[in-house]
Amino acid sequence: MSAELTPPRLDETPPRASYLTAGYGVKSWLLTRDHKRIALLYLASITFFFFLGGLFALLIRLELLTPEGDLVQPETYNKLFTMHGIVMVFFFLIPSIPAVLGNFFIPMMIGAKDLAFPRLNLLSWYIYMIGGLFTLWAVVHGGVDTGWTFYAPFSTVSSSSHVIPAALGIFITGFSSILTGLNFIVTIHTMRAPGMTWFRLPLFVWSHYATSLIFVLGTPVIAVTILLVALERVLHLGFFDPALGGDPVLFQHLFWFYSHPAVYIMVLPAMGVVSEIVPTFARKSVFGYRFVAYASVAIAVLGFLVWGHHMFVSGQSVYAGLFFSLLSFCVAIPSAVKVFNWTATMYKGSISWRTPMLYAFGFVGLFTIGGLTGLFLATLGVDVHVHDTYFIIAHFHYIMVGGAIMGYLGGIHYWWPKMSGKMYPEGLAKFAAFVVFVGFNLTFFPQFIVGYLGMPRRYHSYPPEFQVLNVMSTAGASILGFGYVLPLAYLFWSMRYGKDASSNPWGATGLEWRTPSPPPTENFPVTPVVDWEPYEYRPKTEVAAVG
Amino acid sequence: MAEPKPLSREEYAASRLQHHFVSMAQQRDASTLAMWVFLVTEILFFGGFFLTYTVYRWQDPVGFAHASQHMDIVLGTVNTAVLIISSLTMAMAVHSAATGRRKALLGYLSLTILLGFAFLGIKAVEYTDHIEHHLFPGPSFHFPGPDKPAAQMFFSLYFGMTGLHALHMIIGIGIVGTLLVMAWRGRFTPEYHSPIEVTGLYWHFVDIVWIFLFPLLYLIGRHLK
Amino acid sequence: MSDATGAHAGGGDPVRHGAMTEHIVSPRIYLAVFAILILMTGTTTAVSFVDLGPWNTVVALAIAVFKATLVVLFFMHIKYSRPLMRIVIFGGLFWLAILLLLTLSDFMTRGWLPVFQRFEP
Repeated sequence: MSAELTPPRLDETPPRASYLTAGYGVKSWLLTRDHKRIALLYLASITFFFFLGGLFALLIRLELLTPEGDLVQPETYNKLFTMHGIVMVFFFLIPSIPAVLGNFFIPMMIGAKDLAFPRLNLLSWYIYMIGGLFTLWAVVHGGVDTGWTFYAPFSTVSSSSHVIPAALGIFITGFSSILTGLNFIVTIHTMRAPGMTWFRLPLFVWSHYATSLIFVLGTPVIAVTILLVALERVLHLGFFDPALGGDPVLFQHLFWFYSHPAVYIMVLPAMGVVSEIVPTFARKSVFGYRFVAYASVAIAVLGFLVWGHHMFVSGQSVYAGLFFSLLSFCVAIPSAVKVFNWTATMYKGSISWRTPMLYAFGFVGLFTIGGLTGLFLATLGVDVHVHDTYFIIAHFHYIMVGGAIMGYLGGIHYWWPKMSGKMYPEGLAKFAAFVVFVGFNLTFFPQFIVGYLGMPRRYHSYPPEFQVLNVMSTAGASILGFGYVLPLAYLFWSMRYGKDASSNPWGATGLEWRTPSPPPTENFPVTPVVDWEPYEYRPKTEVAAVG
Repeated sequence: MAEPKPLSREEYAASRLQHHFVSMAQQRDASTLAMWVFLVTEILFFGGFFLTYTVYRWQDPVGFAHASQHMDIVLGTVNTAVLIISSLTMAMAVHSAATGRRKALLGYLSLTILLGFAFLGIKAVEYTDHIEHHLFPGPSFHFPGPDKPAAQMFFSLYFGMTGLHALHMIIGIGIVGTLLVMAWRGRFTPEYHSPIEVTGLYWHFVDIVWIFLFPLLYLIGRHLK
Repeated sequence: MSDATGAHAGGGDPVRHGAMTEHIVSPRIYLAVFAILILMTGTTTAVSFVDLGPWNTVVALAIAVFKATLVVLFFMHIKYSRPLMRIVIFGGLFWLAILLLLTLSDFMTRGWLPVFQRFEP
């Protein structure tokens, strides 16, 4: 070893060769083909869109502080909730975990040097950014007022706002989703390291495989739907406008064929994150590994059979309604399988209360509430009562914020030492997780009640008797907002001042922990050969490593 | 600067192997699978149009049949044949690449491009004809008789579906043109020609879409006259 | 980069590395398939002039499916490729079927309840 010949000087530590030190210029980032760097490009851009969407949410909650419509005009309010929905759904939630954590860790977890198509991966980031710019253009020039659902014929005939640029932005971003999904599917099929069989794959990879199926099978349908809307709006080809012989309900079928499974795009990757965090911090192997793996695929498949439950009161045939209602209940089965398996994994485990585990706990509880209220909504009769009320808003925010964002933040904290090579301040991070949990529940739980009492969504004023619950919700939103700014601050701080992370700070078993933090550009010094089963945690023995 | 030593065929193939793949077979397998997955997204992309078509035709089958009588069946049949010939030449191009016959490869790729343009030319003639007869939906749409709403829907779908198909043809011609230049420079060998192979898959898929568009748009009202 | 050895036949798929060789289809098969495709195009056009009632659409679509199958099997080499590619195709068609059938389950059952019958002036 050369170290014996030239002893290291004490006043400087040699820079560790990693993907972060592989190049320093702007060009080395913007033209990179390294999946890890592309993941960080995504991280930066989705963080921007997250806070932009959050800003709209803040304005919505401020308006709803008082019963009178006093802060903004009704038209402005329409634009606020539309832009909140579009930005959060298409530019934050859908790409969040797959494009950041999936991009970074799928190749590492399967022992590959990169995704199968690195250039396509970079291209999909650029496509995402171009789509984002179109949408930003629409925001800056006055916004869109159709709701994120773009229901025809309002979007194709009546609305005078910037429907086309916003729709084009979503259309373009859709190709980014398709390319990411395609890249993941091909990578998982063809790039696994020797010995990495399908049932040795981490559950995070399984859930991303299922997510990619939805990307690939669902996204083209929203693309063609947007194309049809654009053709009707620009060229007056009639597809949905009753005046031109069309049927608006057909639009809703096409739209929800993608947009219902899109909810599973948001929550499946978060389930994958939780499936990694729970065994690591419970020091136990996942209970029923195969069931959790199959449940991911089952959710992806069944998720495509339920879209009609968005249209119970839209003039859809009652028979179709019955059928979709029945099928919607079926999705609860694989979802419950997962919840029970996580719980069983924790049972009698030696649980350590680290930040990622707090988020995982939050996820399991909030997802369960969101999922069970989903069953209320899948019930035809109940849905007629609560349709288009704040009950729905609360329900899907429990899934999308309580589920997907909790999972995302948990994943960011879990893998931050690997991504940045630095540890974040644990106490502050635990505090932030607590703030997020409290703020979230204070924001959205009152909305279940106010919705059940009959407050409709998408209005900027409401009867005074709903004010107490709305004030609670707005107060919760400000706490939640503070909880989201905290990680942004201390994660940035840790990049410079944080303690160096070891290669495996949590004592986890995945392949990504068997390479230095931060990893080298090629991920592994030598291609790993896998001869162990996933999640081989032995209770108690490695607890010391976790602390 | 000295000229770099020309590579042998094997060395050239090895130079085409990207760093994160282990073998040419793995790299080829990945690109073939990727193209098939992409074609699945295309099935569903066109699927939205096919669904719209099915719903509205089911609501007024007779109106659709009457509207379809305004299509030029000769041009439609000829165009179908043109596309099938182009699929044959594309398949032969892949064959030539796999057997290392560069001249045949160049010939078949050029033929494929020419046939692609022929298809688009005939399509343009048809479009012009329809627009002259006021069959483009919108304020100037004119269709005699009670079937006007159904006919307007039919022609909305006709222009939408064939337009999207034509766009795919244009993209395909662009890709085949790029391959032609690369083949001219001798970039493909029997060991390395997966770009031609996967482009072939795309080209055949666009042909298949037309195989369904043809009966659905041109043939539904023929027997009524 | 130098670890490209034959021992790298990892993952779960035995055909992954090196085992898959390309099948070169004889041009004669291509020509035969081409002839059938052209013949079928002529047939479907000719049949469309005969009044078969509702069967016109069925025949036209059956011929189209037959032609498409030929293209997929021979021109697109599915007859000679590994099962995974077939699963991919069937997956795509299955999802197309979901899109069509579940949507039509709405449109086709709307008239079943007398209340919801379409308004006829």
